[in-house]
Amino acid sequence: MEWTDSAAAEQARQGDQRAFGVLVERHSRSVFRLAFRMTQNEQDAEDLVQETFLKAYKQLHRFDGRSAFGTWLYRIAANCSLDLIRARKNRRERQTTLTSETTDWLDRVAAPDPSPERLARSGQVASLLKPALAQLTELERTAFVLRHYEGRGIEEIAGVLGVQTNAAKHSVFRAVQKLRRALEPVAQVAP
Amino acid sequence: MTHLDEEQLTLAYYGEVDAECMRHLEECGECRLRHERIKTALDNFPDFPVPERNDAYGREVWNRLLPQLAAKPRRSWLNWWTMTPVLASLIAIAFFAGMLAQRNRQIPGISAEARERVLLMAMSDHLERSEILLVELAHAVPGENELKMERALARSLVTENRLLRETARSAGDEPRAALLDDLERVLVAVANGPAGENPADLDALKARIQSNDLLFKVRVMSANTLQEGRKL
Ligand SMILES: [Zn+2]
Repeated sequence: MEWTDSAAAEQARQGDQRAFGVLVERHSRSVFRLAFRMTQNEQDAEDLVQETFLKAYKQLHRFDGRSAFGTWLYRIAANCSLDLIRARKNRRERQTTLTSETTDWLDRVAAPDPSPERLARSGQVASLLKPALAQLTELERTAFVLRHYEGRGIEEIAGVLGVQTNAAKHSVFRAVQKLRRALEPVAQVAP
Repeated sequence: MTHLDEEQLTLAYYGEVDAECMRHLEECGECRLRHERIKTALDNFPDFPVPERNDAYGREVWNRLLPQLAAKPRRSWLNWWTMTPVLASLIAIAFFAGMLAQRNRQIPGISAEARERVLLMAMSDHLERSEILLVELAHAVPGENELKMERALARSLVTENRLLRETARSAGDEPRAALLDDLERVLVAVANGPAGENPADLDALKARIQSNDLLFKVRVMSANTLQEGRKL
């Protein structure tokens, strides 16, 4: 039998684990995609997929069916990702000051081997994208990823971020400006 | 109406401006030209490479999730799985150390590559669990618990660490051997140290972990080692 999302969510809310399984199978890939785009890290994204569904399961009683299940789940996933990014940032800030001894050590142990495709232009752009995204504030990055790559509306983004619509819009704009500047050397995206 | 600013032109690309802006954009050649430039840029924006997940992925996620649905939330990252791989690693290390002792004699059936892979995997496993321990300690609050789990884990890691350090050194892998030296000093301190109720002791331990960026180095080395092992 093919359940609709809302029927499955209703069943799951009444304690039917199998119904929740249907929802998990249906939405895992999109949650992973979002989590990966938010964190840029495969393992983090995997962990976030688990965390998102676990949280959703525990909070099923709060899902009132007024929005689509996918949207509701999406909001949980975005918030989990944001929490992780914030936690990482705090931890990083507590230990960012690397001593020169550590930097030397890094130079010694890190031996990157550039593969041919990494040198290709598309690869260059992609490899610049990651550090470029990392330069954005978490608000800018989230707003941009959700708007540009995930195609979400500003209202929804503002809801996820817990900010006013105008702040969400401004974050998208700031992100676009910064990214265009960062990618300028290799791509036709310069301001 | 005055011309649209950069922000409006950018947001227009995403359809996030009001009707008045859109009308202006249609009527004003100058703004349209500027908008075109932004549109070209954003259209050509590099695609975000997301690792592929196949059709079976949803089911895999569900299978991983299912056992957790009934389980209580964990107290911390230190649980059975941080403790269990020790044995497997020890066997692997003992195996490798034995190999090394007779490295001049060829053992039929086991390639040098296979042996190195075993070692690297054991090493990365060891570093990963050491990292978890260090993170736990860095966040430990004095008096909150007696660090029993942490000490037990440290004790098992010490033995493992010594074997790995000796193996790395005899294989001429000085960066890894040196890091394992640093790590071992902390592991020994945790394993033998007093319980966690004394804030001064705990602070001293945390300072020790922070000096030399030990946690950071362990993290980097763990990732590198895993990558190297996978390549083989
Ligand atoms: Zn105009």
